Amino acid sequence: MNDIFLASAIILILTIFLCLYRVLYGPGVENRLIAVNTVGTKTIILLVIIGFLYERPIFMDISIVYAMINFIATLAIAKYLRRGCIC
Amino acid sequence: MLNTLALIFIAIGLFFMVVGAVGLIRLPDFYTRAHASGKCDTLGEGMMLVGFILFEGMTLIAVKLLLLVIFIFITSPTAVHSLVNVAHSRNIAPWKKGEERQ
Repeated sequence: MNDIFLASAIILILTIFLCLYRVLYGPGVENRLIAVNTVGTKTIILLVIIGFLYERPIFMDISIVYAMINFIATLAIAKYLRRGCIC
Repeated sequence: MLNTLALIFIAIGLFFMVVGAVGLIRLPDFYTRAHASGKCDTLGEGMMLVGFILFEGMTLIAVKLLLLVIFIFITSPTAVHSLVNVAHSRNIAPWKKGEERQ
């Protein structure tokens, strides 16, 4: 089962590199933002897989916190783009 | 038996994740990219986490992963919706057939 987790982690890292293309070359701020949001969603799964691979359950807590930070960051940047300030 | 079910769930989730990333590159427009990224990522992530829950069994880790699934099914479409709302308010025109890809 560990090999399957390792293989799925490697496939996830390859999809993260696919998304980084859109971060580099995407026209405008919105394309880059949605690509960064996707990378963050994949990173949550990657943290859970790392927790299973090294048998450290503390990584699940880290992934929950990472999900919250990802959501708040996306909403804050969207608000900044719409109003010109975070207020 | 349960491990096989978990494996099937993880494989389906990986398929959706790869499809979402390919759609993020290939599709011609911001709105279509938001369509690919928002839905495929949410479903793929939920499927993979359900697979991990089935692999883990009835422990505290499974409860934490279930909370993570519920949280992501609420927040990920909300974030994508807010981004599309911002793009619409900044007058980004949608792609029409025959135009240049953005």
